[in-house]
Amino acid sequence: MAIDQELKIEMGKQGVFVTTIQELYNWGRRSSVWPMQFGLACCAIEMIATTMARYDLARFGAEVFRPSPRQADLMIVAGTVTKKMAPQVVRLYNQMAEPKYVIAMGACAISGGPFKQGYNVLKGIDRYMPVDVHIPGCPPRPEALIQAFMTLQKKIDSHHLTGEGRPRYLDPDAPGEFKVPEPGEHDLEPASNQGVWPVPVVIR
Amino acid sequence: MSTFETIPESTSQTSAEHLAERLSKSITAAAEADRREGWNRPPVFLPESENGVLEVAMGPHHPSTHGVFRMDVSVDGERVIRLKPVFGYLHRNHEKIAEGTAYLASMPYTDRLDYFCSLTNNWAYALAVEKLAGIQVPERAEYIRVILAELTRIQNHAAAVGFLLQDMGASGTPLMYAFREREKILDLFEQLTGSRMMCNYMRFGGCRVDVTDAWLDRARRLVAGMPQFVDEFEALLTTNEILMVRCQGIGALKPDLAVNAGVTGPMLRATGVNYDLRKVDHYGIYDRFKFRIPLGDHGDVYDRYMVRILEIREAVHILEQALKEIPAGPIMDPKTKLRGFRPKPGEAYGRIEAPKGELGFYLISDGGSNPYRYRVRPPSMINLTVLEDMCLGHNVADVVVILGSVDIVLGEVDR
Repeated sequence: MAIDQELKIEMGKQGVFVTTIQELYNWGRRSSVWPMQFGLACCAIEMIATTMARYDLARFGAEVFRPSPRQADLMIVAGTVTKKMAPQVVRLYNQMAEPKYVIAMGACAISGGPFKQGYNVLKGIDRYMPVDVHIPGCPPRPEALIQAFMTLQKKIDSHHLTGEGRPRYLDPDAPGEFKVPEPGEHDLEPASNQGVWPVPVVIR
Repeated sequence: MSTFETIPESTSQTSAEHLAERLSKSITAAAEADRREGWNRPPVFLPESENGVLEVAMGPHHPSTHGVFRMDVSVDGERVIRLKPVFGYLHRNHEKIAEGTAYLASMPYTDRLDYFCSLTNNWAYALAVEKLAGIQVPERAEYIRVILAELTRIQNHAAAVGFLLQDMGASGTPLMYAFREREKILDLFEQLTGSRMMCNYMRFGGCRVDVTDAWLDRARRLVAGMPQFVDEFEALLTTNEILMVRCQGIGALKPDLAVNAGVTGPMLRATGVNYDLRKVDHYGIYDRFKFRIPLGDHGDVYDRYMVRILEIREAVHILEQALKEIPAGPIMDPKTKLRGFRPKPGEAYGRIEAPKGELGFYLISDGGSNPYRYRVRPPSMINLTVLEDMCLGHNVADVVVILGSVDIVLGEVDR
């Protein structure tokens, strides 16, 4: 599949642009990742700061924050996910159109962070949906969010359209929607979804 | 409290009795649905009335709710006849965690209450513990606290006005101007404390690190450029026709209701009540500075906007004086030991004028290393209690603007 790079450069000098469908597809996809306008807590302020003039997320083709999940490609889970909010977060993820990506921003979205011992705080959103990039920090600096964007773009660039290395959304067997957890007797039920990070069972 | 006084006569099409009947129907249906299906129920629709009273759930994911906040709004056509705020989507067990840890270990958690103004939160908590344990703060530390608190006030008010305009549909531009200034102030915070937002700077009996002369010079330069920014901001906004039409007469709050509901901060001062803890309580060293308290007249959204802009100007005056007069000396009370800190049994309430209103911490000590009871009096949440009274009779689009003018931060509302 790969094109001979020297030949490609030579053709380029003669005014002929050669590429593959895969490269073109991934280039288009990574250059216009539209995030969802969705802030949960402190990290959302840093997310807003990233879109402002100094850090200027528009350089990465990602300045269009869409309020509706139907128009968004990327969900930035920015902040603490509580057990009251977790069903809504998963529902919003389900409502997004494929292909969709998730960045878990900040310690709280990754693991519960400083509030992990709280009775109302979800210990990581990756229990309920697949997360592409985790950013540690409380809150992460805008540069860290930009780094996460670049990591996500590299990830999108490395996708194969067919075969083993193809991403989740091109695999008809892989799930695109995840069960929305519901408040149970003691905790959210289920404790984690099939196909994502499983919660270790503590044996006492 | 009567809910019909705020409905303007000119927009009222139906008679008061008819409206009351619809309102009671809507409330009954909503309460029944609440009982039947719990907090996570879908909205109810009442088709029996003329246009149908529709219940709209605004939030928890809504671009204008400043985080995760839900308003169950019953609308008759376009007009709001009932509004029920639903919060708790960001309840992070702040108070319970604080009761289980040492006094000092709660200081980083207070940063995350009102995450725009971490330094004023630090100050309020430090003040409460200092009252509890009877600690004196050195003079230089008091000056540093005032400088940082006023810088916090500037960046909070600038961002609040930016978000208000964002909600009004001026997407981007005013917020970018506000964040440009905010970033400059955050640079100062970062240089001093090591963090942009979660500063964790103040300690019981003083501050964590001393400010350098270079930092003070940088702060002086920033403060000197601040009036220019406010002039620019005001030239863009204050006499803007769209802003005036959307803000004036919208969400008016009466002074007696504001006082009875415990509303504080710029929202209370916009109604014309002269109440500012910096003048009333004389905490810190605020009585050394000359500054004025801006007051509003009508208590509407425009007045709240104007009060915030004028408070930025007054904060600049305080900063100029504080940066000029700051003395040399220690920044920590030498007698306070932070390790193994165990105050005597007792209780204390420390309150300051945070940018959003009166922020208070109530602590009860039983002599142990962690507080027996720890309670936060959050200004945002108490300012939110009058939301329904401000919104009734207005359009749905105005609800967004009114909520924006309250200037809430959900970390503080839900804690």
